[in-house]
Order: sequence, then structure tokens, then C-alpha cells
Amino acid sequence: MALEVDLRHRFGSRRDRDGRSDFLLNAVFSAPTPGVTALFGPSGCGKSTVIAAVAGLLRPQRGRVALDGAAMLDTARGVFVRPERRRCGVVFQDARLFPHLSVERNLRFGLRRAPRGAAGPSFDEVAGMLGIGHLLGRRPAGLSGGERQRVALGRALLSRPRLLLMDEPLASLDVPRRAEVLPFLARLRDAARLPILYVTHSLDEVDALAESLVLLEGGRVTAHGPVEALSIRTDLPALSARRDAGGLLHCQVLEHDAERGLTRLGFPGGALVTPLRPEPVGARLRLRVRARDVAVATEVLRGLSVHNVLPAELTGISPVPDSPHEAFLRLSVGPSALLARVTRDAVGRLGLRPGMAVWALVKSVAFDRAMASAGGEPTPEDTPAPPRPLREEEADLAPFPAGTALRAAG
Amino acid sequence: MTDAWLEPAEWSAVRLSLEVAARSVAFSLVPAVLVAVLLSRGRFAGRTLLDALVHLPLVVPPVVVGWALLMLFGVRGPLGSLLDEWFGARLVFTTEGAALATAVMSFPLIVRAVRLGLDGVDPGLEAAAGTLGAGRLGRFFAVTLPLMSPGILAGAVTAFAAGLGEFGAVITFASNIPGETQTLPLAIYSATQMPGGEAAAARLALVSFALAVAGLLLAELIARRMGRLLGRAESA
Repeated sequence: MALEVDLRHRFGSRRDRDGRSDFLLNAVFSAPTPGVTALFGPSGCGKSTVIAAVAGLLRPQRGRVALDGAAMLDTARGVFVRPERRRCGVVFQDARLFPHLSVERNLRFGLRRAPRGAAGPSFDEVAGMLGIGHLLGRRPAGLSGGERQRVALGRALLSRPRLLLMDEPLASLDVPRRAEVLPFLARLRDAARLPILYVTHSLDEVDALAESLVLLEGGRVTAHGPVEALSIRTDLPALSARRDAGGLLHCQVLEHDAERGLTRLGFPGGALVTPLRPEPVGARLRLRVRARDVAVATEVLRGLSVHNVLPAELTGISPVPDSPHEAFLRLSVGPSALLARVTRDAVGRLGLRPGMAVWALVKSVAFDRAMASAGGEPTPEDTPAPPRPLREEEADLAPFPAGTALRAAG
Repeated sequence: MTDAWLEPAEWSAVRLSLEVAARSVAFSLVPAVLVAVLLSRGRFAGRTLLDALVHLPLVVPPVVVGWALLMLFGVRGPLGSLLDEWFGARLVFTTEGAALATAVMSFPLIVRAVRLGLDGVDPGLEAAAGTLGAGRLGRFFAVTLPLMSPGILAGAVTAFAAGLGEFGAVITFASNIPGETQTLPLAIYSATQMPGGEAAAARLALVSFALAVAGLLLAELIARRMGRLLGRAESA
């Protein structure tokens, strides 16, 4: 099942006086349901227009929007479902709480108008999940930015939507407030089991929340697909030209070594060591391994401060956008994929070519910006494969040498 | 309660003025809100014409407005004859007629204030209400109307205060009948025309002045109350 979006809309039919040409939105993509799809792109790329058109707040000149086969908009067939009948819960960047109503009446605004029999979490569940139970009697004007955004989330969720649309819900918040709201978003995503379209220009939010990604640039979709797959593509400057370009790993906390201040994380195809993390054993994380924090070696090295030396296969070499003297290396570590950013000189010096077996050196400090993704208990089928046993020659490079209490399972 | 300070006839003029002003606001408030919404949000042919028509009483001499009403609502006028035929009602030379003339004169004042209030309502909030399942009417009554209510109240108070002093249209359409259509300004005018009426004119002028100041203070008080109620004062 999917949310299908196909929109064509031209703003400003004539050139305006500043000589700015008009803007053409031509966005075609489909998003899996349920699941979080991030609409990612710079400001002015048309992300919010897509959200407005899906919500029914904008009537595009041409297009079709269908959720699980049911059209909400189909200009070819004259279908336009009014916003109040679409049941798209929208969380706006500026919260848009009703200033004349208390928090509780804001929350109940959509609930009162939801169709009878529509399933969803109860008022108390939502208030508890978002930590807003103590705010119910207050007016929106008396809330902090983070609180307002949490109430807006609850209000959208309580309207019993079939689809949640989030238009940069964290963009108007400062960094500490963002960190405050993000875990609630993750909880909501896990609890709601709804398709969510999430507009952002922050890769951190994509990493923390989204399963699939739609890249928008200048009103057009340049790529869409699973976040992991797009993250290791080097032909998408929107991602690969960023400082934080790199591969994503689905990790699970395997063990903590408080004495040495280290945490061991397993991922499909291997294990990594990071400075001690706060998550409990069993918690799952998605980590972005920045390409600039990955180096490669063709031989086993000794005396390294780097904790993580992973056996990998070099699967591709490609140029770095806007940086002619560097190259991206695509590495596969078992079923997982990483990117490394190295100098072009290194490629020649080491004679790197696709198919070669190399060692990927990952500085453990590269993970300090990672955020907990799914909360709650891990389910058995989601558990990543246990890391394979270390080979002889790896053993002395391994962070926790064989025979210690922290020995790898399996 | 009769104030010994005012003569019974003067007191009746004050009461009549308050009554006429109150009725005029009651007449025009709902149509003014509708017209304001139409002018502010509507897109229809003749919008400019309606806008001009509404604002006409501000620029046309009040006597002309009174004369136009006389033509329309006079016993032989197109609307007046219908009213007479259907309901046996006459507006000319009655308190209701004075209220109608006052309502027409203060109509643009209410419309302007209501429009200001409406323009202050963030359309984004109405859009949000739509996504939460509120239809067009639901959005208007649950979001737009409460948020524009300061404008409506300001318009009502201003129109009431202005209505207390309407002269030209009232005297032309409803005449100057003591106890029936002789409101404060008409009573003041009559007093100044009578020998020895200076003291009465001064007393009534003072009452007019006091009422106007009270109206302004009330408008300010309401604006503050509403602002707090709508969460504006705290948002600083």
C-alpha cells in the first residue's frame, strides 16, 4: 500500500517585476504506508507546497493524490476532496494552536469532529505519550515552543487521521527544544502506525525518523527510495555534498563496558565500538557514519587509536561533487554499506579498485550525533544478525580481544 | 430613576438617544459582520460596488442619507409602502425610523472595525481547523468568529457612541418629535433655538460629552479583556 503523489502546479503565470521567473512544482513520488517518508530539500524547493496539496489546502492545476488506492485529488477525473473530509492530520511549523482555546480544547478540536468509530489512541494516552497532561488548562500563549509543538502533534493525532503530514515541525525550535520534541515524534511514529509525510531540511531528523526519503530540488523530485539506499548514493549532491554525507547502519546496543567507557553495537554484518552510550542494552539505534570519518587500509595495521576496523569490500569509486581531488569509496560490510571520503591521490597510491578487500577504519567519535530511533522493546525478528566470529588476524585489532567478557556472541 | 439635575423632557431625550443607538447597533451588527466577511474574503462580481455602497454614508451629507431613506421608506416609497401594506408598519417619524437612520449612518463604522478584526485573523488557523475536520461553517463559528470578536465589539461600541450623536439623517427621516424621535443632539439643537434654552443645552451637551468618554473607556476596557482572553497579552 502506498501514498501516491503526482502534482503539477505553476505559481505566478507571469514573470513578476523583480524578474524572478515563476516556479513550477512537478512532484511525482509514492510513499510506502505505514511508515515515515521524509520530504527533504532546501528552502523554497516546494516541500511545503506538496504538504498543502496533499492536505487539500492548495488545489494544484493538475495532479493526483491517492492513499491506498483511494483518490483524494484527481484533477483528470474532477475529484477534489475538501480538507475537512481528507482526514490528513497536519502539524505545521508554527504549531497553529487556536489562541482562544485551552490546550485541552485544542486537543479535543479534531477529536470532536472525527468520524464516529474511527480508531486511534485515546485522549489520555496521547496526553500521556506527549507529556502534556499538566498543560491541559493552559492557553497556548503560555506555552514554550516545544510544548506548543507537542500539543500540535497531539491535536493532529487525536483527529483520527489516516495520514499525518508534518511540515518542518521542529524548524522553528532551537536546538535544545528540538532534542526535547524529537523523542516524542519517534514515540508517536511507533504508536500511531500511520503513514507519515515529514518535511524537513535537517538530515538529523531524517536519520532519527524516516524510513524512506524523497529528495526535492527546485520543485522536482530528484530521487526517492529507502533512506539507507539514498544515503550511500554519490550522484545526489543534495546528500553527498553535505558534510554529514555517509552511510546509515541499523545498530542494536549489545553491551556496555562502563569501566572502559565503551559501548558495543551490533549491525548486520559486524559490530562497532563507540564511547559509552546512554541507551540500554537491546535498544536500537540508527547511526550515520560520516564518509569523512571513514578511512581505508589495504593491510592490517597496528597501534591505532581507531577502535573500529571492519573488513569490507570496495564496491565502487566515484567523484565527490565540487571537490575534484577527492573520491567517494563505497564499501560493503556484510549486507550493510558505508561510504568513505578519501583523496584521489590515496586511490592511486593504494591502487584501489572495485572488488578489492579492504579494511574500513571508522573513528568511534563519528557517532556522537546519533539519536535513538525506535523506542520500546526490540522484537526478535528485528534483531540484527549477531556479528560473525572474529578471524585470527582480526582478533588483535578487535576492540575487545577474544577471551574478555565482552566477547562477541556467536 | 430620574435625575433631579435633568428636566423630565431632557431625561427622556437621553434615554431615547441610548435606545436609538442600542437598536441601531442591534439592527446592523449581523449584516455588518456578513458584509465585512464578504468584502474581506469574498471574490464576486460587484464587490467594489458593494464596498462603495457601504461606505457611502461616510461621505454623503447625512441629510442626503435621511432624504434617501425618506424616498425609500416613506409611506409612498417602494419599501415603505410594502411595509405598510404587509405589516401596517411605518418607519417615518418613529423611534424605529430614528434607529434605522442611525444604523445606516454607523454601518460603515462597524464594517470597518469588523474588517480590521477579520484581517487580524491568521488564515493559517482556519486552514488548520479545516484539516482537523471542521467544515466551512464550523471553521467560521469555532475559529474565525471568536478571533475576530474584538473587532466586532470595537465596531459595536464605536457605532453605539456615534449613534448617540446622529443628527442630520435622523432629523430628516424621523423628524424632531419630543419623546418619539428627539434624541440628544436634536434636543440640544431645539434648546439652542429656544429663548432661554442655554442652560438646558449646556446640561445636555455635558451629558453627551460624558457618554462619549464612557463609550471610549468601555471600548478600551473591552479591547484589553478580549486581548487577554485570546492570549495576546501574554504572548509578549
